Amino acid sequence: MDEDAKLLQQLLKKQKEGRLKPSDRYKIPPQAMPQQDGTERRDNVNEVALGFTETQARLEAMRCLQCRNAPCMQGCPVRIRIGDFIEAIAKGRYADALGIIKENSLLPAVCGRVCPQEVQCQETCTVGKKFKDVSKAVSIGRLERFVADRAAGPDAVPKVAPETGKKVAVIGSGPGGIVAASDTRRAGHAVTVFEAFHKPGGVMVYGIPEFRLPKAIVQKEIDVLEKMGVKIVCNFVVGRTRTIAQLMTQDGFDAVYIGVGAGLPRFMGIGGEQFVGVYSANEYLTRANLMKAYKFGAGADTPIAKSKKVAVIGGGNVAMDSARTAVRLGAEEVYLVYRRSEAEMPARVEEVHHAKEEGVRFHILRNPKRILGNEDGYVTAIECLKYKLGEPDESGRCRPIPIEGSEFTIDVDTVIIAIGNGANPLIGQTTPGLELNKWGNIVVDDNCKTSLEGVYAGGDIVLGAATVILAMGQGRIAAAAINEYLAAKK
Amino acid sequence: MAHKIVSKKQLAENVFTAEIEAPLVSRSRKPGQFVIVGISGEYSERIPLTIAGADAEKGTIRLIWQRVGKSTAEMADMKVGDAFEIVTGPLGRPTHIEKFGTVVCVGGGIGVAPLLPIANGMARVGNRIISILGARTKELLILEEDFAGISDELIIVTDDGSYKRKALVTEPLKEVCVREPKPDLVVAIGPAIMMKFCCEVTRQYSVPTQVSLNTIMVDGTGMCGGCRVEVDGKAKFVCVDGPEFDGHKVNFDLMIKRLSAYKGQEQAAREAYKKHKCKIGLDG
Ligand SMILES: Cc1cc2nc3c(=O)[nH]c(=O)nc-3n(C[C@H](O)[C@H](O)[C@H](O)COP(=O)(O)OP(=O)(O)OC[C@H]3O[C@@H](n4cnc5c(N)ncnc54)[C@H](O)[C@@H]3O)c2cc1C
Ligand SMILES: Cc1cc2nc3c(=O)[nH]c(=O)nc-3n(C[C@H](O)[C@H](O)[C@H](O)COP(=O)(O)OP(=O)(O)OC[C@H]3O[C@@H](n4cnc5c(N)ncnc54)[C@H](O)[C@@H]3O)c2cc1C
Ligand code: SF4
Ligand code: SF4
Ligand code: FES
Repeated sequence: MDEDAKLLQQLLKKQKEGRLKPSDRYKIPPQAMPQQDGTERRDNVNEVALGFTETQARLEAMRCLQCRNAPCMQGCPVRIRIGDFIEAIAKGRYADALGIIKENSLLPAVCGRVCPQEVQCQETCTVGKKFKDVSKAVSIGRLERFVADRAAGPDAVPKVAPETGKKVAVIGSGPGGIVAASDTRRAGHAVTVFEAFHKPGGVMVYGIPEFRLPKAIVQKEIDVLEKMGVKIVCNFVVGRTRTIAQLMTQDGFDAVYIGVGAGLPRFMGIGGEQFVGVYSANEYLTRANLMKAYKFGAGADTPIAKSKKVAVIGGGNVAMDSARTAVRLGAEEVYLVYRRSEAEMPARVEEVHHAKEEGVRFHILRNPKRILGNEDGYVTAIECLKYKLGEPDESGRCRPIPIEGSEFTIDVDTVIIAIGNGANPLIGQTTPGLELNKWGNIVVDDNCKTSLEGVYAGGDIVLGAATVILAMGQGRIAAAAINEYLAAKK
Repeated sequence: MAHKIVSKKQLAENVFTAEIEAPLVSRSRKPGQFVIVGISGEYSERIPLTIAGADAEKGTIRLIWQRVGKSTAEMADMKVGDAFEIVTGPLGRPTHIEKFGTVVCVGGGIGVAPLLPIANGMARVGNRIISILGARTKELLILEEDFAGISDELIIVTDDGSYKRKALVTEPLKEVCVREPKPDLVVAIGPAIMMKFCCEVTRQYSVPTQVSLNTIMVDGTGMCGGCRVEVDGKAKFVCVDGPEFDGHKVNFDLMIKRLSAYKGQEQAAREAYKKHKCKIGLDG
């Protein structure tokens, strides 16, 4: 038996005898997640983080103090009973643990991997507070991932109530749409998911790369939906192929959930953005992930720039994903250019670490002023300005202030702009009476109901760029409201 | 849903047409709109093609495409009964059809195909149609009969003089523009360079000019920005803001450069596909 296993046995024994104290728990070292080597993974698209072993998971679970006031739950947007599922893991009852998580979250394998835990459940964890270091909090996300990967059996298809004869249309197959479809189907309604792309899954398949979230995990959730009897129709652009009004008045849908995501890339409005080699992160990632451009010429037909030197502009998850994708596509140098400091980066901390391990070079407190190109219209460099931090702005982060006269250039052949997405206007333009705010996001009430009867919305198209778990949470709220609405509707 | 080819024909050396099952698209499409097609869901490129016509009763749409790269060559090799896994649409804003008076429809090369539904629409509401069709050489000219049927005047030119008048489309366009009264609208569709020069002609005579842009696309729904062009100094997305724009405001030089983004890579893919086909031929 190795050291870890021995430690676990000792702890379990102590617990059984009622002698396990918080101080014993504090002494358990935070478990490190095994991962692919930093150099090796530059050359493949396989998942980087490999997941806890069973012993590691149970040891990590033993670190949890089972706080009665459960501050971690307050940090989780969908209020998972965290202490309870962790206790089940400590006892080796993985199926029970999964059952507890699934009461509140339908996609634990996804959320365990991509939630920004350090600003959600783990930020408020007592253990992290004790060590005054959030990275020493109980690894709730990794434990969630562990049970999801381990305990998901083939019989995980939820029960469906008898058919109600009512029809629900779900527009968009991102995390919000998946949850809305599942929850309304469980209530016995006939549910159809309409997806514009040729593959369902939303950002989880076209945006977030394989090395962070394997496509097979998302596909499994889609398979579950289909087994429940949800119809999934791809290559169907609502607003173009059919409008919402047509779905409701001609095609017999009684209620609609709009989960079309944000999906309108922002550019910077600086000179040179039209040069060849300038991509939005959406385009770059879609080519690489959904269209599999990394296999161009070896099966796949969609090309992508063959870059030597790449600059990625931005500091969020999307920027990290773009930079790390560029590394895997063979770029020799990848720079990340961000106008605030590392502390302000909205990306998950783990992704920032991973990007650095893979050799991405950070240009912090820098921002491009313009993009330079040659006569053939190809990018040759970016001209940047240095920045310093000023007073906090309305987002609570320090405002970046350009330093005059600090221009310098970085030679690059590819620029990827990852500064966020606005609301795609298509649904708004084609749905009269649907109330939007000044940014084009759909306005909803506490039940995710829009200004139109029977029409609900959630996820990024409501929240602006948000997170997987927030989109899921809204999908769930909307589904509950739809179920209630349909029960009352004659 | 599989979208079967119900009929297919070669129109010119590198130009093909097919009728494809797409019931929903056939019912909702309007002139000027396009679809994105893909042969298979896993590895195929997504190719934007104008809807050249539709039969809502049969539930089919008509596509016309030129064999330029690997994907269009693969499509050219498909047979009746084969199916596309991806047909998405109709995409883009429909053409603004209205009675303008005299409308000049200028089509170059494969651009004649996307021009047809627009010319049809313009004719149907009572415009006088002057059509100018151009091709590099006689064999490449397509849809002459379709245009003859709806045009009040039909002018055909070839670059090499192998058929009808030897000229570029800009020559007769200029002659039509100097007539009194001036035409009320020009619609020009063809290679970017042709549209650019057509716009230079019509600008001199202040004739409003619509062009339909064929940039490189991925999603076709406004999500990626790959199709962006500069119009009136601002970035516009062809798939949602277009494909038609006021030609006098389009920065064609930038667009032409962006169209060549993957030239080297595409060429290699096409060569590889040709070789692969030859090998199959030898084996069989
Ligand atoms: C690169 C990247 C990395 C990210 N990393 C993280 C992360 O690590 N952690 C995290 O929590 N969040 C992350 N996010 C954010 C997260 O993915 C989103 O907040 C979440 O996916 C939003 O879900 P949604 O339900 O609104 O739909 P989306 O996932 O946005 O999906 C919407 C779907 O609707 C489809 N659609 C759009 N218009 C139409 C239409 N008219 N008709 C039919 N279908 C339509 C789209 O094709 C798409 O498939 C990341 C986002 C990106 C882009
Ligand atoms: C709205 C719209 C409508 C269109 N309608 C038609 C149509 O009705 N008939 C038709 O034949 N073509 C049409 N096109 C162009 C057609 O999409 C391209 O010819 C096709 O994508 C080329 O694919 P390929 O793989 O065969 O060639 P590739 O190997 O991808 O490219 C060969 C060469 O063609 C150019 N090219 C690549 N992609 C495109 C593109 N999307 N558009 C223009 N040039 C490109 C490049 O310069 C490249 O070097 C349309 C394009 C748009 C955007
Ligand atoms: S869903 Fe996300 S925030 Fe909630 S417990 Fe899981 S990892 Fe934490
Ligand atoms: S706050 Fe931390 S220690 Fe307390 S119950 Fe939650 S996970 Fe366990
Ligand atoms: S093709 Fe992606 S935005 Fe137009």
